[in-house]
Amino acid sequence: MTTLTVPAKPGRDASLRPVPWRRMAWVTWRQHRLALAGVAALFGVAAVYLLVTGLQMHHAYAAVAACRPAGSGICRQVAGNFLNTYAPGVGPVLGLLQVIPALIGAFAGATVLARELETGTFRYAWTQGFGRARWTVAKLVPLAVAVTVAAGAFSVLVSWYIQPIWGAGDDNGPLYPTIFDLRGVALAAWTLAAFAIGGLAGILIRRVIPAMFATFAVWAGLAFVTGWFLRRHYEAPLVTTNPNFAAPAWVISQVWTRGGQPASLSMINQTLRPVDVQAVTPGQFQPGPATPASIDPVHYLIQHGYTQLTTYQPDSRFWPFQWIEGGWLLALSLLLLAVTVWLVRRRAA
Amino acid sequence: MNVIEASGLGKRYGGTWALRECALAIPAGHVAALVGPNGAGKTTLLHLAVGLVAPTAGSVTVLGGRPAGSPAALDGIAFVAQNTPLYKNLSAGDMLHLTRNLNRRFDQGYALARLADLGIPLTRKAGELSGGQHAQLALTLALARRPRLLVLDEPMAMLDPLARHDFMGTVMTAVADDGVSVLLSSHVLAELERVADYLILVSQGSVQVADEVDDLLAGHRVLTGPAAEAGRHAERLNVVHARHGAAQAHLLVRTSGVTDPVPPGWEAHPVSLEELTLAYLREPGAGALPGPARARYAEPTEVTK
Repeated sequence: MTTLTVPAKPGRDASLRPVPWRRMAWVTWRQHRLALAGVAALFGVAAVYLLVTGLQMHHAYAAVAACRPAGSGICRQVAGNFLNTYAPGVGPVLGLLQVIPALIGAFAGATVLARELETGTFRYAWTQGFGRARWTVAKLVPLAVAVTVAAGAFSVLVSWYIQPIWGAGDDNGPLYPTIFDLRGVALAAWTLAAFAIGGLAGILIRRVIPAMFATFAVWAGLAFVTGWFLRRHYEAPLVTTNPNFAAPAWVISQVWTRGGQPASLSMINQTLRPVDVQAVTPGQFQPGPATPASIDPVHYLIQHGYTQLTTYQPDSRFWPFQWIEGGWLLALSLLLLAVTVWLVRRRAA
Repeated sequence: MNVIEASGLGKRYGGTWALRECALAIPAGHVAALVGPNGAGKTTLLHLAVGLVAPTAGSVTVLGGRPAGSPAALDGIAFVAQNTPLYKNLSAGDMLHLTRNLNRRFDQGYALARLADLGIPLTRKAGELSGGQHAQLALTLALARRPRLLVLDEPMAMLDPLARHDFMGTVMTAVADDGVSVLLSSHVLAELERVADYLILVSQGSVQVADEVDDLLAGHRVLTGPAAEAGRHAERLNVVHARHGAAQAHLLVRTSGVTDPVPPGWEAHPVSLEELTLAYLREPGAGALPGPARARYAEPTEVTK
């Protein structure tokens, strides 16, 4: 009865204490526990698989590690057998794990705002006393932290899993595209970035399924461009002319030159014709029936005035590269999340 | 105090103005009905008032000068949107807890008592409630916030007559008990006649009529007389809408006072709210505006219901 007889004092009412942040904890948990359970299940299933196959692999690797004298012919053969058995299975597993950030971005990130906008419940949520910009922050930030921490923990398991493969001397080191982004801080950073992409897609597209697809597409484009074009330039790559180059490294390209000019594959093949060798790629040679057994195509080409240029990033740059990638992904994610909150604030339905 | 005050308010979507040059001052203590044809800009006006959309032009404040959508405004307004959106997968109890966490004030006792009265179990999911219960749950959540202004967008559109009656019963009880001001948009003219004491008519994106119902009814009447003379009288009368029969004409006129003389041979009748509303809806060019923010609304208004 009294509310209307007392004239409003806007000055005093405007300085109302806002609803405390902690009140949103229950709200976010209640509304997104299913998505969080899904994230936990995704990592859980993947972790169980890595643990089971990883334990087998570590068990088998014990024989490789115990081989003495290390580096002897017999030990190299034991390691080779180990790699032949286990390495072919590892590649597809790492390939599948690549999509984890995208799945989290689509299912946990894109749905947060898109579902509210699609079902119209934003008209309820954004007219409550909490305020819609704070509501958005209170939803996105805890979820982002949760998925990032989960991804960070999972990447430790991936590092443990891959150890025996490298211990046995596999060619693809820690900078190789499909393993680099699953270890260190990269998996956590990619997961955070995919989540932030999802959040922004949700407010921009305002429909759940299209926002999920858009998240997937943007993540895929960004991951592809980073893995195949951007990452190799984090630091200037090293170049060697040593044909027996065997340092642990991510080999980016191998090209032949003659007289300072790049040599085409047909030029190389012309040079190799007398010994009946066919160059499939600049680094891969196919001997023919008339090839003398003593011929090494690489040495043969060097003797004929060619120089092999190998461009590579040494494996020792793993951590600097991790911090560079983690750093810019973190900056990008924060930017995307800030834009999302700003859009919620500014761009109303 | 004005619960809603707008000046030069406009909202454009793409190239079309949903609302334009809207000036409005709704005093506190009323159940104000917002009426108009589809696409007239009712929902846009309500969304502007609760801060869901930002104006393209002009400004709108609520509850005595609080900018729409500001924390202070949201604190005092409860909004029930069209089709009463609630989280379908949450139970009534969860929706209560959710709303409680999102607001500074929440009258848990009131909300629980209302749900018990309505026979809505706390464990029932919002998506499994009947249309009437769903709307009542949304209304209960809004009223439990103890707002000073309750804004309802087409609350009765999806309800059967019984549910409509019950819904408006809940609203009117809150008006009587707490003195909450109400602004509701609706198509259901008959229902409004029973509850509304302030009428805002919008058409084609602008406000056509805005005044207290009693003043409107007192300021309009229907004159019935020979059709042949209608044209002659219409020239000096303020005719809102004329209906011509074969022999008789009915002129809905706006009067300047009760003393206006009735032409000889004509009869004057009082007008009903529904008649008056329909007349204005048929004549989008006619207007009855008291002017924005009249001085007489400055003093506090006592609730008389």
